[in-house]
Amino acid sequence: MSADFLYGIEVVINGLMAGVLYALVALGFVLIFKASGIFNYAQGVMALFAALTLVGIMEGQVPFAHLINALFGTEVHHFGWEVPALLAIAFTVLIMIGFAWAVQQFVFRHLVGQEPIILFMATIGLAYFLEGVGDLMWGSDIKTLALGLPQGGSLAVEEWTAGLGGDDFYGFFIDKLDMIATIVAIILVASLIIFAQYTKQGRAMRAVADDHQAALSVGISLNFIWVLVWSLAGIVALVAGVMWGAKSGVQFSLSLIALKALPVLMLGGFTSIPGAIVGGLIIGVGEKLFEYTIGAPFLGGATENWFAYMLALIFLVFRPQGLFGEKIIERV
Amino acid sequence: MLYREAGDFKTSYHADNQTFPIKFDRIGFWISLAIAFLVIPFVINDYWANAIFVPFLIYAIAAIGLNILTGYCGQVSLGTGGFMAVGAYACYKLMTAFPDVSIVIHIILAGGITAAVGAAFGLPSLRIKGFYLAVATLAAQFFLVWLFNKVSWFYNYSASGQINAPERFVVGVAVTGPNTAPWAQYMICLVFLTVCALIARNLTRGTVGRSWMAIRDMDIAAEIIGVNPLKAKLTAFAVSSFFVGISGALFFSVYLGAVEVGEAFGIQKSFLVLFMIIIGGLGSIFGCFAGAAFLVLLPVALKVLGVDVLGWPTDLVAHLNLVIVGALIMFFLIKEPHGLAQLWRLAKEKLRLWPFPY
Repeated sequence: MSADFLYGIEVVINGLMAGVLYALVALGFVLIFKASGIFNYAQGVMALFAALTLVGIMEGQVPFAHLINALFGTEVHHFGWEVPALLAIAFTVLIMIGFAWAVQQFVFRHLVGQEPIILFMATIGLAYFLEGVGDLMWGSDIKTLALGLPQGGSLAVEEWTAGLGGDDFYGFFIDKLDMIATIVAIILVASLIIFAQYTKQGRAMRAVADDHQAALSVGISLNFIWVLVWSLAGIVALVAGVMWGAKSGVQFSLSLIALKALPVLMLGGFTSIPGAIVGGLIIGVGEKLFEYTIGAPFLGGATENWFAYMLALIFLVFRPQGLFGEKIIERV
Repeated sequence: MLYREAGDFKTSYHADNQTFPIKFDRIGFWISLAIAFLVIPFVINDYWANAIFVPFLIYAIAAIGLNILTGYCGQVSLGTGGFMAVGAYACYKLMTAFPDVSIVIHIILAGGITAAVGAAFGLPSLRIKGFYLAVATLAAQFFLVWLFNKVSWFYNYSASGQINAPERFVVGVAVTGPNTAPWAQYMICLVFLTVCALIARNLTRGTVGRSWMAIRDMDIAAEIIGVNPLKAKLTAFAVSSFFVGISGALFFSVYLGAVEVGEAFGIQKSFLVLFMIIIGGLGSIFGCFAGAAFLVLLPVALKVLGVDVLGWPTDLVAHLNLVIVGALIMFFLIKEPHGLAQLWRLAKEKLRLWPFPY
């Protein structure tokens, strides 16, 4: 096999790995959208907030230290202890559940029955709010997430595949972190599916997604289910935040990844969990391949910024509900 | 007592159709115009112009543009920043290519070019609706910003990748470039805003505006009663982009003077203008002014309060600003989804009956 072709395959594999991460963020969107019809723009900021909280707890930072210092003229910043990763993750999950409850209690409970676009705009407001709170709580400097996950290219894979090509080929370069992210994502999706299919709460969740009124009439508490899906979305956000954060540091640009998840959703359809995953993979591979074959040689690079949106846009013109979305039926 | 229709007799259809049916409103409108044109230019200084008035006027134009698309025609757009960039770069290219032509014509032409680009990006709206469309307009945002970054023809191959506004004059007064007086900046923006607002107001009352609103309320029903969705949606995109383009041109040439596209016209700008029309009120020209004023004044007020009065660090105040803007948006949507304009309308209803409650 020629080296060029093999490098092409490497690009595809790396694209698949990136796509998994897009799919993780998109998954959080789909969960909330299916259950409550809210298009949650704040998903990316939730990932950022979760990662910030995790780092903050692990390092023993004092929450709102900056604000407290400004208000009272004190000089607090750290408690002086370090929390082990697992305990910190458990705390962060609790905080995300608390956040889910607060969001439901103080915002979306009052917006039931509003038009979807109003709900969408409320989540944009939520995104700003949460970003500001995250910065206030933990500071806005770039943080490194030291969970002890392996990083860098995997030597084993490189040596293993080096024999495939000729002398120009040195084996596939695949980031260990990406491999772990893929495994985590698979576990996460599998457990979500098991939860949705085989537990009582999961069934109730699917019932709400199918039809609010019918679900209400058989005695399912909408409020509880909504808190549940927001919590699940918060946990998915935490996983996504940890993966992205370990890769490129916990910083504001993390929340922009949410925007990348939007074309993924458009491709896959807003209401489909498999759609989110397939869409993520298509976008991941598509943008890497486009950059490799056309973007970098002919268009001056950095096409990854917009390629996903253009792909989704062109795709939508032919299939407005996405790959797996429910057919849009309009009535007057 | 003053705010009454009673006694204000209309004797012609023209009088019956006027924008402000109540005399008090008309007087108020003329007085505020007179203050804006005859008082503020003489008292304005550099700080007030740069921190408050000029950005307010420019954002108000952008908000009018977006409100036409989102508030009147119901098509959510997240590409405002990208379209402002089109206006800015079109204006720059025209200014440098035809230095002898008046900048007023350049700005209007820049609006026209943006209208064409906007209509092109509006084409998918015929197939795609709702959220899908909102995301599709993101394609415009990212693609346009990337384009102006990568293709050096747009910034005349300058080494920094920035565009700089050369000095231009209107009736002998510098309006762009480093030697512009604050009042000149203010006046040119004010003139553009006034004209734009008048055009928008009258468009939305006429046939075109009614067809937009019909599409917004229910597009299939509108189609059945004979509104052409192709025409309505594309005119909405074109007219909206025209205003947004003008605001982008002014933002670059008059306000900033030098622009780097990713920084000045990024996705944040799209959201800022969107927030203006949500807080101000969707489907209301007054709402555009109210929303723009609110979101321009809020950071300035918070900064004055936080940094100058309380002596807090700047970054802390910037974060608080985010929290407050976010919380306000949610609060407004819960309490009054129709924005400041609706509060204003309710206040006027109460005033008409005052001092009686019913």
